[in-house]
Amino acid sequence: MKPRTLLVVLTLALPAALLVAILLGAVALPPAGVFAALVGQGDDARLGLIVQHIRAPRAVLTALVGALLAVCGAAMQGLFRNPLADPSLIGVTAGASAGASLAIVFGGALSGLAGLSLVSLGAFAGGTLAVIVVYRLATDAAGTSVATMLLAGIAIGAIAGSLSSLLEFYASNDMLRRISLWRMGGLDGANWPRVAIVAAVAVVILGVLPAQANALNALLLGESEARHLGVAVDAVKRRLVLLAAAGVGVSVAVAGAIAFVGLVVPHVVRMLIGPDHRGLLPASALAGAVLLLAADTLARLVIAPSELPVGLLTALLGAPFFISLLRRRREYGMP
Amino acid sequence: MLEVADVDVARGGRTLLRGLSFHLAAGERLAVIGPNGAGKSSLLHTLIGDHAPARGDIRVGGRPLTALGDRERACRLALLPQASTLDFPFTVDEVVALGRTPHASGAVADRAVIEAVCAATDIDHLRRRLYPRLSGGEKQRVQLARVLAQIWRPEDAGERLLLLDEPVAALDIGHQALVMDRIAAFAAGGAAVVVVLHDISLAARHADRMLALRDGAAVAQGVPADVVTVDTMRRLFDADACVMTHPRTHTPVVLHG
Repeated sequence: MKPRTLLVVLTLALPAALLVAILLGAVALPPAGVFAALVGQGDDARLGLIVQHIRAPRAVLTALVGALLAVCGAAMQGLFRNPLADPSLIGVTAGASAGASLAIVFGGALSGLAGLSLVSLGAFAGGTLAVIVVYRLATDAAGTSVATMLLAGIAIGAIAGSLSSLLEFYASNDMLRRISLWRMGGLDGANWPRVAIVAAVAVVILGVLPAQANALNALLLGESEARHLGVAVDAVKRRLVLLAAAGVGVSVAVAGAIAFVGLVVPHVVRMLIGPDHRGLLPASALAGAVLLLAADTLARLVIAPSELPVGLLTALLGAPFFISLLRRRREYGMP
Repeated sequence: MLEVADVDVARGGRTLLRGLSFHLAAGERLAVIGPNGAGKSSLLHTLIGDHAPARGDIRVGGRPLTALGDRERACRLALLPQASTLDFPFTVDEVVALGRTPHASGAVADRAVIEAVCAATDIDHLRRRLYPRLSGGEKQRVQLARVLAQIWRPEDAGERLLLLDEPVAALDIGHQALVMDRIAAFAAGGAAVVVVLHDISLAARHADRMLALRDGAAVAQGVPADVVTVDTMRRLFDADACVMTHPRTHTPVVLHG
């Protein structure tokens, strides 16, 4: 498939997915009323409330989180030269999980900041801290070793994981339930202030990452090969790690751990249009948004009026798909 | 265009190169020979700026190597490494096109360069194939095409230096001869070439000058007939070799003792 064809298809699919996500839910809304509410002219106050304060912010937040997770996954896979890499490999998810648990167990009385709960702030701080530690561990005078980063990510992940377990050990039943729900990931906490925060991060990341596409392509050849092609490898690596940490960190902060979007989406896009990052990065962002919107809509429908955590659903659908990718990887040129 | 003066290189407490001096004019091909671990690859990596010399001076086109920015260095110097792994399913065409990364010469000029280097390395028929699925020899020719694409046009950078680490190791003898001939033609277009070769007879046939390295130091350097001698082979490899003259090319040929 030509990259441009896929980009056009996804650009058309995104507004459609947003609309479906707003229309469908525990209560199916009449399309005419939704359009009226979206442009602020509805006369049904209850419907207007649902659309403007519940469905619309949730749909936009879902699209932003899906886009961020997928585009950061694509960038990480390029940086690590490993099509199976995932942002969680450098400790973001484990660190965020520990930070969130910490906030849930000890932060009971404290309130959050600017629409973000303390749990979200804890998750963001934990995720970012984990990445900084991993990056420091893997960096010396000779530069950053990507292999060491992966291993340091495993080590930091183990430390963060044991910290989370320790916190769970001391947590009350109520806290335990909140921790485990957070970990499953969900977008039910969406509101406009959150959308604004994630949108600000997304604008930076979606603005800067595509400019790294040529450097990422060169990096796939190898680090010294990229350097010989004139790429300032260490600066690019630092930039990519920071962007991915911020992108995944903020996503995890507002939506919990949503598994497999960062891994599976770039993978599927690569199968369709090849590994050239000039097409891969924007297409992954769009596809991530569309797919997470679809997953979240499904999560809200299957056991309505209550809803499944979307992270549970992405893991449930993503993992088998990923296994099938692993088994068929040779068919599309992976080793 | 390349001047190396009394260069020492050390890394991790080990001396890789010691007291190395040579110079290379545009259009010249220098073959580097020597036993495993002699510092041949280290020399190439030093010449492209990966290893900073502990002592001595490297100049490219009269300017210190370190004075060249990343981009300018990439437009003038290209290195074909001994092995590189690329696991992502790029097509051959895309891999070759990566060689144009440092240039802003435009899509039309880049296309023309890619056409030319693919023809020169005999990979035209592979261009739509996925790189990870090629054979070892095919991959080597694609990588060679990529580094040629990087410094192919004299109008991108006047003084160009091509560094090749065993470019024919995985090739059949037909492609070995083809690739060596194309490298000669490329050099004749005004570029200097430093090529590490294991096949000493091939090196003697296709180089203007040779540099024999052992333990990071030059054992001999000069025209092939002066370097490829029974005595030098013994000092390089601790092996008895028989050196003859090729009946047609009149270059030295090494036979196992």
